[in-house]
Amino acid sequence: MSESIPNEPLRIADRTFSSRLLVGTGKFSSNERMREALRASGTGLVTVALKRADLSGKADPFANILEFLESDRYLILPNTAGAMDAEEAVRIARLAVAAGLPNWVKLEIHPDPNYLLPDPIETLRATEILVREGFTVLPYINADPVLARRLQDVGAATVMPLGSPIGSNRGLETRAQIEIIIEQATVPVVVDAGLGAPSHAAAAMEIGADAVLVNTAIAIADDPSIMARAFALAVQAGRAAYEIGPAESSATARPTSPLTTFLDA
Amino acid sequence: MSGELFSRRLPGIDFGPLLRQSREADARTVAAILARGRARDLTEFAALLSPAADERLEDLCRLSQAVTRRHFGKTIRMFAPLYLSNECVNICKYCGFSRHNAIPRITLPVERVVEETRLLAERGFRSLLLVAGEHPKYVSNGYVEEVVRRVLPFMPSVALELGPLETQEYLPLVRAGCEALVVYQETYHEPTYKDLHTAGPKKHYHWRMDTPERAYQAGFRRLGIGALFGLYDWEYEALALAAHSLHLTRTCWKAQITLSLPRMRPAAGEFQPRYVLPDRAMVRLLCALRLLLPHAGLVLSTREPPAFRDGLFTLGITHASAGSSTEPGGYTSFDPEAWKPTRAQEGEQFHIADERPPEVVAAAIRRLGYEPVWKDFDQSLVLSEN
Repeated sequence: MSESIPNEPLRIADRTFSSRLLVGTGKFSSNERMREALRASGTGLVTVALKRADLSGKADPFANILEFLESDRYLILPNTAGAMDAEEAVRIARLAVAAGLPNWVKLEIHPDPNYLLPDPIETLRATEILVREGFTVLPYINADPVLARRLQDVGAATVMPLGSPIGSNRGLETRAQIEIIIEQATVPVVVDAGLGAPSHAAAAMEIGADAVLVNTAIAIADDPSIMARAFALAVQAGRAAYEIGPAESSATARPTSPLTTFLDA
Repeated sequence: MSGELFSRRLPGIDFGPLLRQSREADARTVAAILARGRARDLTEFAALLSPAADERLEDLCRLSQAVTRRHFGKTIRMFAPLYLSNECVNICKYCGFSRHNAIPRITLPVERVVEETRLLAERGFRSLLLVAGEHPKYVSNGYVEEVVRRVLPFMPSVALELGPLETQEYLPLVRAGCEALVVYQETYHEPTYKDLHTAGPKKHYHWRMDTPERAYQAGFRRLGIGALFGLYDWEYEALALAAHSLHLTRTCWKAQITLSLPRMRPAAGEFQPRYVLPDRAMVRLLCALRLLLPHAGLVLSTREPPAFRDGLFTLGITHASAGSSTEPGGYTSFDPEAWKPTRAQEGEQFHIADERPPEVVAAAIRRLGYEPVWKDFDQSLVLSEN
């Protein structure tokens, strides 16, 4: 079995990543299994909720998720989950930097604690503030092409539209909108949330997403490491197909009598 | 907040057909709901409480587990209750703190609360539920606020379970850094409520019922509600609690709703539970709530015995307490090694059933393939600089 298909590297801000799979760290059955799955995924960028981490610098053994993240293997991308508005997100992002984490931030602002859908207004506000303060900002957004452009304009490093609501495992339900975002993007487009199966990730990559972020589907799998590997392969496959361009499929059947013979006369 | 208060909506719910459904739903109705994997309304919820649903209990549990895992992962958020006071002006026939019960009464001095909280923090807890009886003397003098400010530096999440207050009175507590407010209606059945709560501010049924909405207006991010099973017919309580949750989910949309299903435990006083929520029915109720409210937090306390708790942890529970004392000052009297009381806890509200120390409960959760999460909130979210 071939181990991997080479893809063009992914560039976000000033960093280059060989893997186009980003992985989240919530919902795992243990920190040990999370660490194994992150290794198996081959990811270069791992996001972690700051609310679960100890930011006091006291190495809290009961909030030690950061100790299970291997910063020599991947860049740690703090996220602001739990923030309900721009002020809260900005505050916790600053705190993360003060605690020695990278000044990259995955902006997640969801005032609705149920579907965790991102607030577009607060997300734009927080992006403006954090970009000004020198952060590399990766905002999680609904699949809204206009918002994506507004975020690009104020300096977001990527846009991260959702495929479907977090944890729903329903795949690329926002496909039509994501296609527009990809078409118009000047920064990498990372499809985030709702990708429940490797085939969903492959589909996102085939339509030209630069990367995908997967969490729930890996974390709650019976074997997270195998599922992580499965997603990694699907991402590679989808990206490779995008890079070479898939074989054309014919949208209409070829008529038995050509319609253009009159032009040859 | 939008729309009218729940106390005004509740009388408009026709419980007759819902109760019938909860007792007489047929197998086909239950099968159709299970096939969809979601209870779309109270009528479908009621069907999942029925004996016909009991025939499909294994399937119901599987669905509930799967839905919970998608939204909360294989994790259980741990918390500890800390009783500030058992002084209470109410007379509630079933409660150990009821005004006429001859138990030693105390309100812990702030220093003692800090000491107790430190013990809980050493045990791992990063989420605290401050509980108190209902007494005016520590409401108006800033006592609770002071407690919150003192413990927040080492206890990132603080929730409150106090006698109901006005929105204005909640504001300083939210500003001090409290994340959540918990208030149980005890019983949603008004005649029973009036019979059991004979004196004190708690006798005001509607005032208590609308507490979550007042708390939401003050800015709490999590609202805990519950019914105390054993006071009235469990199907009625379950339906009303579900209706209350649906209402709050729609009107208080920025708050997470958590539900508790406490069953009566032995307590000081003469009261004997007149109604029983059997184990199997409790499992149906838990799963039915999950299929109606996929995102609601479901809380499990130490009122339930170890084996039953271990069974429930993976079926839909999201929050659990462990090693609890229900007596003000109880933790400082625990043996620090065994985490067991070293003396009779005469001032306790009720006696717990799962007496395992927190680390033993955490180990049991891990053996079930779940991660006990101690810290899931950061005070930097609620507090501006210092």
